[in-house]
Amino acid sequence: MPNTLGLERADYKGSPSTLCPGCGHDSISNQIISVAFDANLPMHRVIKLSGIGCSSKTPAYFLGKSHGFNALHGRMPSIATGATVANNELIAVAVSGDGDTGAIGFGQFKHLVRRNVPMVYIIENNGVYGLTKGQFSATSDEGQRVKYYGLNEFPAIDLCLEAIVAGATFVARSFSGDSKQVQALLKAALAHRGTAVLDIISPCVTFNNAPESTKSYPYGKEHQIALHEYDFIPAGWVEPREEITADYAEGTEIEVELYDGSIIRLKKLDEGHDPRNRMEALRVLDDASQDQKFITGLIYYEEPRPVLNDLLKVTSTPLSHLEAEKLRPSKEALDRLMQGYK
Amino acid sequence: MAVQFQTSASAEPTHQNINDFSLMVATKNGSGSQTSNEVLIRSLFRMGIPVGGKNLFPSNIKGLPTWYTIRASKDGFTGRHDTTEVAVVMNELTAAEDIQNLLPGGVCIIPREWKWGHRREDITYYEIPVKETVVAANIPADFRDRIANMVYVGACASLFGIPMPIIREALLGTFGGKEKPAALNYGVAEMAFNWAQENLVKSDPFVFEAMDETAGKILITGNEAAALGSLFGGVTVVAWYPITPSTSLVDGILDHRALRNDPDTGEGTVAIVQAEDELAAIGMIVGAGWAGARSMTATSGPGISLMAEFSGLAYFAEIPCVIWDVTRTGPSTGLPTRTSQGDLLFVYVLGHGDTRQVILLPGSVAECFEFGWRAFDVAEGLQTPIFVLSDLDLGMNIWMSEPFQYPDEPIKRGKTLNKEQLEDFIAEHGEWGRYKDYDRDGVTYRTLPGTDHPRAAYFTRGTGHNEKAIYSERKDDWVANLHRLNLKLENARAMLPQPVVQTMPGAKIGIISYGSNDEAIVEARALLAADGIATDYLRIRALPVARSVYDFVTQHERVYVLENNFDGQMAQILRMEIADDTRHMVSLALGDTLPMTAQWAINEILRHERQN
Repeated sequence: MPNTLGLERADYKGSPSTLCPGCGHDSISNQIISVAFDANLPMHRVIKLSGIGCSSKTPAYFLGKSHGFNALHGRMPSIATGATVANNELIAVAVSGDGDTGAIGFGQFKHLVRRNVPMVYIIENNGVYGLTKGQFSATSDEGQRVKYYGLNEFPAIDLCLEAIVAGATFVARSFSGDSKQVQALLKAALAHRGTAVLDIISPCVTFNNAPESTKSYPYGKEHQIALHEYDFIPAGWVEPREEITADYAEGTEIEVELYDGSIIRLKKLDEGHDPRNRMEALRVLDDASQDQKFITGLIYYEEPRPVLNDLLKVTSTPLSHLEAEKLRPSKEALDRLMQGYK
Repeated sequence: MAVQFQTSASAEPTHQNINDFSLMVATKNGSGSQTSNEVLIRSLFRMGIPVGGKNLFPSNIKGLPTWYTIRASKDGFTGRHDTTEVAVVMNELTAAEDIQNLLPGGVCIIPREWKWGHRREDITYYEIPVKETVVAANIPADFRDRIANMVYVGACASLFGIPMPIIREALLGTFGGKEKPAALNYGVAEMAFNWAQENLVKSDPFVFEAMDETAGKILITGNEAAALGSLFGGVTVVAWYPITPSTSLVDGILDHRALRNDPDTGEGTVAIVQAEDELAAIGMIVGAGWAGARSMTATSGPGISLMAEFSGLAYFAEIPCVIWDVTRTGPSTGLPTRTSQGDLLFVYVLGHGDTRQVILLPGSVAECFEFGWRAFDVAEGLQTPIFVLSDLDLGMNIWMSEPFQYPDEPIKRGKTLNKEQLEDFIAEHGEWGRYKDYDRDGVTYRTLPGTDHPRAAYFTRGTGHNEKAIYSERKDDWVANLHRLNLKLENARAMLPQPVVQTMPGAKIGIISYGSNDEAIVEARALLAADGIATDYLRIRALPVARSVYDFVTQHERVYVLENNFDGQMAQILRMEIADDTRHMVSLALGDTLPMTAQWAINEILRHERQN
């Protein structure tokens, strides 16, 4: 059945993937396609951005009718910043990887989050460099051993922790094997106004899928601990909201109303995490790291603070589409100005 | 050939030197002397005397030595001069050398309380009571050190003949019309003036006399001119990272951004983002240019180094943006507060692989303004990054100029298809390919993100791509693309600002130069001509060079390429580009960290002429 734009799900596809069969990234691309279709996303307003790496190839594989920009390694955040400043009506969906975000682009990532550039920032995190054949990344497990490069003796960088510390207002972790959760979080991220960081563990079937690796399918399937179950309720969709509420016992659910009026409802599971508490979010991440637990879900959310465009003191008309007469002051203005230099 | 050139100073105290000498003020950085020096230069300008100022300052906030030289020139030659006739010595640490460097017959103005002594007998000393005057003026303690500089302003006004009402006007101008600080400063200057009138006996030949050579003209720095040009060129996104000597360019945009406020709503139309580094700054302007903004950054050498990778991407993905490089002395951190033209070759091929960048080379503050607006039209016209290479001398020093001309062409957005135009395009061609050369001029049609048309989207990438912007590893796609980029760059030669050529009858010598050297070359040519040596002069204003540069080189018996870097980079570029014999082309490269002088140009040319 077509969506409200009259488009089929197939219309949201891109070119065929050239990644390894079974790659976690392809699964995420599929969730993006499904969510964009479900959310009636107008593709012409979407820009797909990426850096360099396996993950960064994926924007070619979804939303074929959206403009895309496959930029430089680690530098997608600056492209995203410039493009959204130039045109504040664009919906930026970016895909990066753990090398792209956690290593070469770590600085740009933190500064983008700090500026609250409005966008969905997906990290397809597999803990390994795939395109260059199997080097450790900044998110590889400490103590992990691989055949060629030996032992990784450095602690892993937790990108969710880094995002929260940098001032992110929407931070989630998920697992590419959990399509339902990925979809719910993607929908919420799209409805958020600000940088929404989604760190999705996405196994590399070629270089990092041994069961003992925390970025592998077997590990993820066995160890994933979801913090909540999610219902995403799009803006204006009032009726089912009340029905679902009745299912939950009091005190176990949290409703978060997002910027566009849609709601993500979290049913707390065993961990009982409230994502609206920053210190709690940091603690949950740190505990999970200490206890070697693979927790997933919406880890941190706060009321959106102003996005970068709000702070630039410019018109709400996209700067990219200003008419020529708004771009050049008058001759009289120049003449007046010149008087001041005489 | 033996030609003697007179220095402009007259060592004979009996002959007056009117409006033809350099006055140098030596102070400590951060001591507030900038205000006093600006007042002096503005005063001379108001007296109608052609004037130029060169600030030689350290990479330091406070304390290190700084020298400001004001050259008055009745003949209108306001470039740097090798020698100094009058030294205002206000820094004890450099005083010995500053005095030593004075020409015989020169003047030294020095604080009386130093009790320095008169060790040179061939110069005139004037001792002035700096400390006493400030104490007597009863200045609040916080301002005392800064306002002390007004003592030498008053003394100079008395000794060399600057009317005090003009000092008052210049002070008001310097303080943006604010009466209170102007009055505070004026009070001290006037006390010093009166003291000098009563106590100093003029015994030197140097005099300022009112002329009528600056009427209608303006005084401005190149960076401020570039900022204004950018605003009149429709800049909408600026991303930058502070670096000397480019910072004042972005400051100029900040100061004047209200010029571009929407007249209907009062809302701003220029977004300015201070990035975390130059790498992010160029990333932002590439992203903005891709999305349809007129975007720019301003930086200097170290920033250009960080921008190399994005410059290559923007060239290959064909994204318009404007990058000002206000060049300073490198390599590495180099001398951050000294001028240079040393980035030329690096920028020309900035990016790995087969990259060639388009460069504009403003030679005056008026061209900083003009290229400021024009750069955006060229960038969008060619769909490529445009580098504008200014330098510290042009960018940060105050220059005299005719008032800037309003742009004589409407804003040109290049081959960008909106929804309706894309519809028409597809109706005509049956298709649209982002990188397909429909017009056979190397420049293709682009769409902007946000265009509401199902066929508007394309995928931008730095990787190999075909005419439809699809990833391709085919060698014929790769080669065809580079051929087209080459065609675009070849066509650019005729579209870019053409060289300015000035000839003299019978000249066999051709001089080629560019950028801020212009003042020195113009003066050198006049002095050479006065001694019977005719020269033609071609000033390059853009790379890749115009055809006329080839002709100029081949049509002169001897060609001198004068520039302010150590390696003779423009000469190297010309040798790369000109297939004909260029053994008659001589590289005269300065690169000594200071602005070029006419004397240097003359000496270098004559040294080589003697060998012929």
